[in-house]
Amino acid sequence: MTTTPTTPRTTSSTTPRTAPPTTPAAAAAAPKAPPAPAWEELVSAALLGTDRRTPPVPLRPGQSPSAALLDAAAVSTVRRRAALRPAPAGERPAPAPADPRPPLPPAARRRLSLLLADRGGGGGSRRGTTPDLTELLPQWLAAAQDHGYRAPGALLPALLDAARARTDLRPAALALAGPRALWLARLNDDWKFALRGFGGTAAVPGPEAPEGVRRLWEEGLFAERVSLLTALRRRDAAAGLGLLATTWAAERAEDRLMFLDALRECLSSADEPFLEQALSDRSRNVRATAAELLSALPGSALAARMARRATACLGLGHGPGPVITVEPPRECDAGMERDGVAPKPPSGRGRGAWWLGQLLEAAPLHGWRAVFEGRGPAEILALPVADDWRTELHDAWCRAAVRQRDATWARALLGTPAAPAQATEAAPTGSSRDVAKLLTVLPEDERAAWVAQFIAAHGLSDAFRMLGVCGVPWAEPLGRSVVDALDIARDAGSYPWSFSGVMGLAERCLDPAAADRLDMLTAVTEEPEGASPGSGGYWSEAFVRLVGTLRLRATMHAELSGGAGS
Amino acid sequence: MAGRSVEDMNPQGERWTTDQVLALAPDDASRKAGGKLAAPGPWSETGADGGAVWGLCKGSGKKPYQTVIDVTGPAFTCSCPSRKFPCKHALGLLLLWAGEGETVPAGAPPEWAGPWLAGRREKAERAAATPAGGGGAARTPSDPEAARRRAERRLERIASGATELEQRLEDLLRTGLTAAEGGSYRQWDETAARMVDAQAPGLASRVRELGSVAASGAADWPARLLAECALLHLLDQGFLGRERLPAPLAATVRARIGLTTDAAELLTGPEAATVRDRWLVLAQQDSDDGRLTTRRIFLRGERTGRMALHLSFGGGGRPLDLALPPGLVLDADLAYYPGARPLRAALGERHAPAAPGPVPPGCGVDAALAAYGDALRDDPWLESWPVVLADVTPVPARDGSGWQLADADGESALPLDPRFLGRAGLWQLAAISGGAPVTVFGECGHRGFVPLTVWDPTPVSL
Repeated sequence: MTTTPTTPRTTSSTTPRTAPPTTPAAAAAAPKAPPAPAWEELVSAALLGTDRRTPPVPLRPGQSPSAALLDAAAVSTVRRRAALRPAPAGERPAPAPADPRPPLPPAARRRLSLLLADRGGGGGSRRGTTPDLTELLPQWLAAAQDHGYRAPGALLPALLDAARARTDLRPAALALAGPRALWLARLNDDWKFALRGFGGTAAVPGPEAPEGVRRLWEEGLFAERVSLLTALRRRDAAAGLGLLATTWAAERAEDRLMFLDALRECLSSADEPFLEQALSDRSRNVRATAAELLSALPGSALAARMARRATACLGLGHGPGPVITVEPPRECDAGMERDGVAPKPPSGRGRGAWWLGQLLEAAPLHGWRAVFEGRGPAEILALPVADDWRTELHDAWCRAAVRQRDATWARALLGTPAAPAQATEAAPTGSSRDVAKLLTVLPEDERAAWVAQFIAAHGLSDAFRMLGVCGVPWAEPLGRSVVDALDIARDAGSYPWSFSGVMGLAERCLDPAAADRLDMLTAVTEEPEGASPGSGGYWSEAFVRLVGTLRLRATMHAELSGGAGS
Repeated sequence: MAGRSVEDMNPQGERWTTDQVLALAPDDASRKAGGKLAAPGPWSETGADGGAVWGLCKGSGKKPYQTVIDVTGPAFTCSCPSRKFPCKHALGLLLLWAGEGETVPAGAPPEWAGPWLAGRREKAERAAATPAGGGGAARTPSDPEAARRRAERRLERIASGATELEQRLEDLLRTGLTAAEGGSYRQWDETAARMVDAQAPGLASRVRELGSVAASGAADWPARLLAECALLHLLDQGFLGRERLPAPLAATVRARIGLTTDAAELLTGPEAATVRDRWLVLAQQDSDDGRLTTRRIFLRGERTGRMALHLSFGGGGRPLDLALPPGLVLDADLAYYPGARPLRAALGERHAPAAPGPVPPGCGVDAALAAYGDALRDDPWLESWPVVLADVTPVPARDGSGWQLADADGESALPLDPRFLGRAGLWQLAAISGGAPVTVFGECGHRGFVPLTVWDPTPVSL
């Protein structure tokens, strides 16, 4: 019987638990309860038609066989429905592991559900004045992570769906979702990704379970192993290295590369012997990565070898005044290659310059003081360079400062942000130098101050990537200088969407406290002479949205602290 | 949040919880849009006076939209052109009011909000002052004799429709269901249209259902088609023989055929019988067929233990008139529509503002099926019966068998209705349970159980 949802415990001819219902047909028509024919018989009679087969039902006088069949089917249907029994229970799932974290404050819970409901909204339409919630979800998740809340069960499906659609949300979303989300993901193939281990330390066995660590390392999926190694490095760098060493020789080349990359976490001189060994690896990519990691350790033997090679190429000449003389290497010998120097330059670059760049990038920066007779970075950078090598040389030092996280050199290379020539000086023609990367070497507040001065002097057009590396929320005076620059851009009469990148960043990164100052910019102003038509209104709209977003962010943070609405 | 709603309670109306506000949203899109507007940015001149909330919302135009909400209704008005009800501005403003008291200060209604609010309050006072039955008298048609003749003519038309339908069903059974397999909808649609002409909408929708069963191609279509035909036949016969039925069953037949009963008559008419109780809202569910939105609100009386279903309809510019998020308790009068197994009810006087209620007590799987079986004895056309299940554990589908809700003892289980399995609510239910027992409200029927609300421990709509 297929319409029955439940399997009767007894055989198909279930005795009804309740008396057969009094149906109108019964009341109106049939005084005697007929003996009930089996439902299947009625169905096959109905399929064939009463013209072809006389149905197994009693006829009342004057009643057609088909009406009698309908009568019997009605009684049978209601009787079966009324006599449904429970089905035997299937095997229950193992309960989800307990999540002892505190629940979200109610207001924060509601906010999350709004942010999740808004996913994928927006589309290509003009943004108008309302905040873009899609961009606030990552922020909310990041902020929630600091509080250590547990996500409400009702929102786990939406949270998993969001994480499925946006890989950048996965670590924070899964951390919030916790063990119950992993439990749930096992039941739904759509969420298999969650089991591949983005869950941070939640999925990693603790130090009290060395057996669990070993088993996961030996039997886990690749991504699970990477996250295990990363987590272990954070907890106990030496143990992480030890774990990797146990299986290193047996790993596939592309896996070795990823595992080596994971050693970046908490890299120290203790890793040097292992990395030095990896310089002889079968895979070229593994060798190159090992070399790069070693050169980030200025005390390593590799760094010393590179320093020796690099200092042989640069010298201090004394023409009319001091000048840096450059003698690029003539060949890339086996030793250089072993230490990670790529022998073949990309097309269009000279071999000597290519090799020199790599040597300079890997050579410890502190060694140049001795070469240039006690000069500091700023003085060295101020020295003239012979034969047009200046850009090549400074670019290589920029890369070295980034790789070695050398703030003194980075500061000197960045120079004064407000200098009129800075915009061109920081990235001269033909240079591949990355100012934003260089900025990441500076401490956060210094970085913000530098970018603030840069914007004050040069406006926003080149500032997008620099702003992207500044800490959130933007420390003053950075926030103020961005707002001032936007105000200036409005007065210049261009459309706000020329600055949509910076506007979007500002919505996410400005300190919510800036909202009050921005409020006065939301008024529609007189359009300046020669302004793009309608720009004033659009600017006002953009500022309204900025203020709204900032206020919403402030509210979000307050809600997470349990300060509002609870 | 619970603490807050008590603290902020005032004589005219309590401050709502945000969940209450969100439950008002007619659909997900409105919930989103309302959420976006729940920030101070676009709002100005906002205020609240306990019974009402108002504010101006900057939109794309020059003139801001004027949004006013009477929270005692609730009722909404907004100068925006949206056909959603309530519109996103009303939702956004309510969220703002519910979330952060400071952004919606207390005050007196401004000029643009005053008249509408005054009109609402005047109407409410008038309604309260009208003695019971007085309203009914005003609605009595001028010529009762003509009305009676009209009603009789309608019954005759329905009877001839029912007779025609009987003929159609008997023909189908004579030639055999095989002839109907995969058959065109047109035949059924024509028959359905004849039933609409016969002023029997209940018959028309059942005929359409037959068409979709025949065309479904599901493995069990012959059995389902026969069952549906048989129940339709039962209804026809019931109507044609209504004189011989007990009065409550005759009322059930009339309601299922599509003859309506006036709610006001039920509440205030000469034979009005209301039930006062503290009614716990178990579920609120909207369904939309494109033209019409149907809102079903399930209630259960604390004292009487009786289930009740409140229906309201919106669409075509007509707003849904009632919003009750699950979990609230309502001290109110209900009047059941007549029938052999009364369930549908009209909401009468509300004696106190709605307040958050407890997790309801529930029964096991056996009792739930028994309740459905018992209800079928009175009304054989019931597809399901509302029940609260306590301590049931969702059991995931495994090789061929669907999801179940298993009893605390781990032996008996109720399958979930296959139609529920594609819904997002299934995963919410599973996530909230986490393999542990939960309290679930839903409809227990012959195709399985459809969960509508789960308690976590606050109610979550599925």
